[in-house]
Amino acid sequence: MENYLIAMAVTGCLYALMSLGVNMTWGLAGMVNLGLIGFFAVGAYISALLTLKLGLPIVVGIAAGALAAALTGSAVALITARLRGDYLAIVTLGFAETIRIAASNEIWLTNGTDGLSGIPGPWRGTISPEMYNLLFLAIVAPVVAITYWLAERLTRAPFGRVLRAIRDDEPLVAAAGKSAIAFKVKAFALSSAALGVAGALYGHYTSYIAPEIFVPLLTLYIKLALLTGGRANNLGAVVGGFFVVFLLESARFVIPLVPGLSAVQGAALREFIIAALLIVILRLRPNGLFPEPRLVVPVPPQGRS
Amino acid sequence: MGGLADHIAQLVVNGAMTGAILAVPAIGLTLIHAVLRFPNFAIAAHATVGAFAGYVANVALGLPILPAVLLAFLVAGVVGVATDEVVLKPFRPRGSITTAIASVALTIALENVIRFGFGNELRGYDLPIERDWRLGTIRIGPQQVENLAIAAAAVAALFAFLAFTRTGKAMRAVADNPMLASIKSIDADMVGRLVSFVGMGLAGLGGMLIGLDTTIDPLTGFRAVLSVFAAAVVGGLGSIPGAVIGALTVGIGEELCLLVLKPEYRSAVGFTAILLVLTLRPRGILGQRAY
Repeated sequence: MENYLIAMAVTGCLYALMSLGVNMTWGLAGMVNLGLIGFFAVGAYISALLTLKLGLPIVVGIAAGALAAALTGSAVALITARLRGDYLAIVTLGFAETIRIAASNEIWLTNGTDGLSGIPGPWRGTISPEMYNLLFLAIVAPVVAITYWLAERLTRAPFGRVLRAIRDDEPLVAAAGKSAIAFKVKAFALSSAALGVAGALYGHYTSYIAPEIFVPLLTLYIKLALLTGGRANNLGAVVGGFFVVFLLESARFVIPLVPGLSAVQGAALREFIIAALLIVILRLRPNGLFPEPRLVVPVPPQGRS
Repeated sequence: MGGLADHIAQLVVNGAMTGAILAVPAIGLTLIHAVLRFPNFAIAAHATVGAFAGYVANVALGLPILPAVLLAFLVAGVVGVATDEVVLKPFRPRGSITTAIASVALTIALENVIRFGFGNELRGYDLPIERDWRLGTIRIGPQQVENLAIAAAAVAALFAFLAFTRTGKAMRAVADNPMLASIKSIDADMVGRLVSFVGMGLAGLGGMLIGLDTTIDPLTGFRAVLSVFAAAVVGGLGSIPGAVIGALTVGIGEELCLLVLKPEYRSAVGFTAILLVLTLRPRGILGQRAY
């Protein structure tokens, strides 16, 4: 039971990490990413391949995964930066699908739909599975804490203020002499990097990745996490990540209690509930359960005229 | 050398057939985008709903293809109006992005309703087995020709509806200039409902046509959605003639890429087309400005 709770805490941390990343774009800058699972997959595959095939250290793999995700994120943001927001929605969704198709079909590299197994993890095999979970929690929890701290700093910095201004009134940002495109691309790169780190950590934690893991449903989970936590609220993003894992796991226990359901029907019911819940919360609390914190910006003292 | 030319000719013919079918849901998508002004990803689930409605009509009730296709249109259209009214419409005042996210959630929800009822297994329509026709070296299946005829009839009917009927003109007016349309006392809510019905009905019809070529399962619509969006974006989001041209372009493009790519990469070709168009000419072939 404890081991189960620790494993769920690790999953919660990974969701929190993704949620923090997506908060940077959707929460602060108002940019939608419907293919966030694609950037998660890029991080997971790059790190897994580098450590598995080239034998590089795990830390190098994770860093490379983050970098690769950030680069693809910048490219996606750059192509759509001048266009209406709905084009970003289309391109990100397409990006995630294309990554999944490539991962399923480039068998020489990714082993296709069978997936990559035996991805190295720190001291895996030399310690008990229980200790391994605990060790991994000790690795991901600080990663979430550091990402949270960085995200808070960025939110309060001029960078975060510009992003919120882009979300609320983009022409105003341009009028103030800021390049909205540059800020959007940077925000998307940072966000994708966090997603890439989460993906890389996921691969090293479970030791196995396959294309079927990176389905659009996971994108909805993270949207739901961010919404329950509250958009543009970093603490809310972390809490929301844990809440969604709790919700998914509760559904795993409750749904089999419904009599007369086949396994497929149980899974369908679970996905339906998640999607319906997202719609309901989005409808009733469009900015999430916790509001965006009102930032008081200190006005610099007026100089002598 | 002649072999390659024949092969290419065959691919172009196949592509034009696929494109014609693709045009049907692409018109649905672009029509909804023109009037309701958001990218409606629920087009994927409605294609699946239509495919399964047609399946029930064809296999369970034993109806021939033509009435089954009509039923696919009607069921998907009714589901489209109902879900739009209950789920998507309240989001529209909050902007296209929020509505788009809600439409993705709606797609997953509907897809799982289908999965709950029908399970994950692949199903096929009850079709007579017929020998392919040969025109020179090019082979064409009679079912493909029937699909092409149905798609062409649906597109022609829609063009006639938009050009000649009062309601069709009202739709174009709202798409063109909602403010002016409301001054002329056109009921935007009513037009919105009609657009959801026709748009999602076309998605359902397209879903069934796609299924007639292969098999259906709860992911039928989702697998096609990237090609449908590619067709609409290449043609210019919001332009109906654009959607037809875009669909033919994407359909033929996808087939020609089979010369060098595996068939599984079909959707990826659509995605590449989207990226190319957005980089070089964001408004697409016939569309309005995209920013």
